[in-house]
Amino acid sequence: MEETVQHFKKRSPKRKQERFGKTISLVATIFIVSIVFSILFFVASRGLRTFTEHGVSAIDFFAGTAWRPGEVSDAGEPLVGAFPMIAGSFLVTIFSALLATPFALGAAIFMTEISPKTGKKYLQPVIELLVGIPSVVYGFIGLTVIVPFIRQIFGGTGFGVLAATLVLFVMILPTTTSMAVDTLNAVPRYYREASFAMGATRWQTIYKVVLRAASPGLLTAVIFGMARAFGEALAVQMVIGNAALVPDSLTTPASTLTSILTMNMGNTVLGTLENDVLWSLATILLFMSLFFNILTRWIGKKGAMK
Amino acid sequence: MTPKKADKIAVNVLYGLSGIIVLILASLLTYILVRGVPQFSIEFFTQPAKTFEVGGGIIIQLYNSFYLLLLTLLISTPVAMGAAIYLSVYAPQNSFTTFVRTAIEVLSSLPSIVVGLFGFLMFVVQFKLGFSILSGALALMIFNLPLLTRTIEDSLTAIPSSQREGGLALGLSKWETVTRIILPAAMPGIITGVILSAGRIFGEAAALIYTAGQSAPALDFTNWNPMSITSPLNIMRPAETLAVHIWKINSEGLMPDGPDVSAGASAVLILAVLSFNLLARYLGKKIQKKITSA
Amino acid sequence: MAVNPEETDLNKKHIVTLNEKEPLAISTKDLHVYYGKFEAIKGVSLEFEKNKITSLIGPSGSAKSTYLRSLNRMNDEISSAKVTGEILYKNVNINDPEVDVYTTRKQIGMVFQSPNPFSKSIYENIAFGLKRHGVKGKETLDKAVETSLKQAALWDQVKDKLNQSALALSGGQQQRLCIARAIALKPEILLLDEPASALDPISTSQVEETLIELKENYTIIIVTHNMQQASRISDRTAFFYLGHVLEYDETRKIFTNPTIQATEDYVSGHYG
Ligand SMILES: Nc1ncnc2c1ncn2[C@@H]1O[C@H](COP(=O)(O)OP(=O)(O)O)[C@@H](O)[C@H]1O
Ligand SMILES: [Mg+2]
Repeated sequence: MEETVQHFKKRSPKRKQERFGKTISLVATIFIVSIVFSILFFVASRGLRTFTEHGVSAIDFFAGTAWRPGEVSDAGEPLVGAFPMIAGSFLVTIFSALLATPFALGAAIFMTEISPKTGKKYLQPVIELLVGIPSVVYGFIGLTVIVPFIRQIFGGTGFGVLAATLVLFVMILPTTTSMAVDTLNAVPRYYREASFAMGATRWQTIYKVVLRAASPGLLTAVIFGMARAFGEALAVQMVIGNAALVPDSLTTPASTLTSILTMNMGNTVLGTLENDVLWSLATILLFMSLFFNILTRWIGKKGAMK
Repeated sequence: MTPKKADKIAVNVLYGLSGIIVLILASLLTYILVRGVPQFSIEFFTQPAKTFEVGGGIIIQLYNSFYLLLLTLLISTPVAMGAAIYLSVYAPQNSFTTFVRTAIEVLSSLPSIVVGLFGFLMFVVQFKLGFSILSGALALMIFNLPLLTRTIEDSLTAIPSSQREGGLALGLSKWETVTRIILPAAMPGIITGVILSAGRIFGEAAALIYTAGQSAPALDFTNWNPMSITSPLNIMRPAETLAVHIWKINSEGLMPDGPDVSAGASAVLILAVLSFNLLARYLGKKIQKKITSA
Repeated sequence: MAVNPEETDLNKKHIVTLNEKEPLAISTKDLHVYYGKFEAIKGVSLEFEKNKITSLIGPSGSAKSTYLRSLNRMNDEISSAKVTGEILYKNVNINDPEVDVYTTRKQIGMVFQSPNPFSKSIYENIAFGLKRHGVKGKETLDKAVETSLKQAALWDQVKDKLNQSALALSGGQQQRLCIARAIALKPEILLLDEPASALDPISTSQVEETLIELKENYTIIIVTHNMQQASRISDRTAFFYLGHVLEYDETRKIFTNPTIQATEDYVSGHYG
């Protein structure tokens, strides 16, 4: 009897194995989580040095329009106004989203509501291929096709917000489309059937029932596209012209946070103001990325409550 | 306008929008291939790049891209696998798990330039690894981890829980069950996921320009001493990849035949990504078949 | 369902116990199972005789599966589940957190509702568990595979394709493979949760025959929805109702002359 008790209470090697497996997989998980926090911490703490170490005022940084790090104004303040890049980033993001959204939604509706078969056979692979094209290739095509094209029509150099918008339009198209497709597919069949049963046409059903039911998800899809546009670096840097000026036209050289970062990070020395302001730009990028993240979560929650 | 007419117009508009997307892709691909493929030649694939002269090749960049890809997959797959196993097998339903999932999602949405800059700060400067393959591979690992973790986790959870129960009921640990029953069964999905991530890694440049660097020192393909700077195996040498090369040529504008080389390199890049895609599908299907049939 | 909950007195029970001549395989004493706040099993005490087949019957949701899963501690895997009371096996309360679940499960095997062979070869499906429990040597494994497949009445059908995927077998064959997989570890008790519910009538009767043969060497506890099946193969039957066992007796008695009205309503309602 005591012996059987011992037999059952003896710790089999499996317990050790289980502890090993749990530990090792937890370590991998914590490793990833700690990377996230290291990124947030190290980038932000560098970025804050502009204000803490170098005493730049937040207003000068966010609202200032003169970006010539290394030089000082007549009043002796460093010229590190980031407004041109902030404006540039927002402009290209908003314009490309405005342009891409109708196409993305149109294609998504086509793939889910009008002709799922054709959609799956032709559009699905097209979308996947568009995702797969590397951003430097988009940049290269922008540089060799779109920029000369704009130059021909509008004059000037061809570089600028318009060129960046057109490149980003194609780049975010697949992101928004595939998320919109998932959202539309998640709308229950019987919504449509109920609407058809009431004599509604296909378009009335899509417009009044399906799109309405899917609106939080579609909004999320658009925001994901915007997040991608806001964070894209090289393709934009190759076509926007990289002049740190507040754009006064869509076809004159401008810049974004990412383009200035890409251009200048290698030309500055760590710890100097010239370098730290770049990290401040990176910090803005980081926080915008978090903001987009929180926004989609918030929309998801609101949508779920409805 | 009658509802019927509105319906007709709407459907036509939708056809139009979808058609334009197909047209955009078709013209992108045509442009790159028509412009790029004629650049292909033996020299193009076997010569090193020339900065100031016509006729340079891409051999070093092409090799660097593959080497970096291999190293990245080697270091990111085990970590992603571990995290995916934790999340699908061990993670309790509590706030810690929610927190972990949120963190991974945040990581996946960070712009790759930010990942690259962090890699610069951490690996190049802090760990003193310099602009090197190793720094680049570590940055690409960060870039790759969130998505790969998710695809692996999805493949694991797609295996019916009855398989898991079957293992546990034999008195096996969860670790044995997941590593020896679930994982092999999920292999088609995992392999597809890994190869698809390879396509993403292969084309990535923003995470690399400040980690693996923007220069491609000459390589001696007969030198297999990993400590030597000219050895292809050396992981401490700077290594411009194909994607970075395209960016570099175009933003510097020094190379006289820059547009031609870029077009050729872009075609190579697209063909590589395309092959990764096809390979992923093919292998996934083939393994699936092997598992279920004989 | 022919049973009317309003007229059923849950306090009136008829539960037999074993006499000295009937050897005990496993028993529960005042077993309660909770899923969070919900009490799924409300105090069940049953004794199972060695080398007999016992059926657990009762309407859907009456906690038959929950009870069965408690017996080999599979409920440990459900984080919200809590099991109190005693499960006595070889005079040891195996419902003790100190008791090693892996040892327990190895001795108390389980077969599930739908066949769940691993996506491995037929041979590996059986050898796998053995290897993981430290059995070595090709000859030993070959022998064990053959014996278990023979016991599960599957050997003749698969002996020429042991290296083929188990997923290519028919449903009935897969389920017998799962039985073979469980008995390969030489458990003393075999728990089966509606093992034939996903099978056609021919496969069902094959599984039933297999179980009757296995009775010689194993104690079998089987959940079934099929009254004919319960009466055909089992020696004793327990009637589960809303987390209680209302009646436990010889199968013949349960089906011809039950003591409790609810049992009668249920078994007759099912014959219809
Ligand atoms: N994992 C679980 N979590 C919560 N409740 C459960 C779980 N499994 C079963 N239940 C509940 O416990 C009761 C008994 O279920 P079950 O044991 O599956 O019954 P049966 O096998 O007799 O159909 C049911 O009310 C069921 O909803
Ligand atoms: Mg059940």
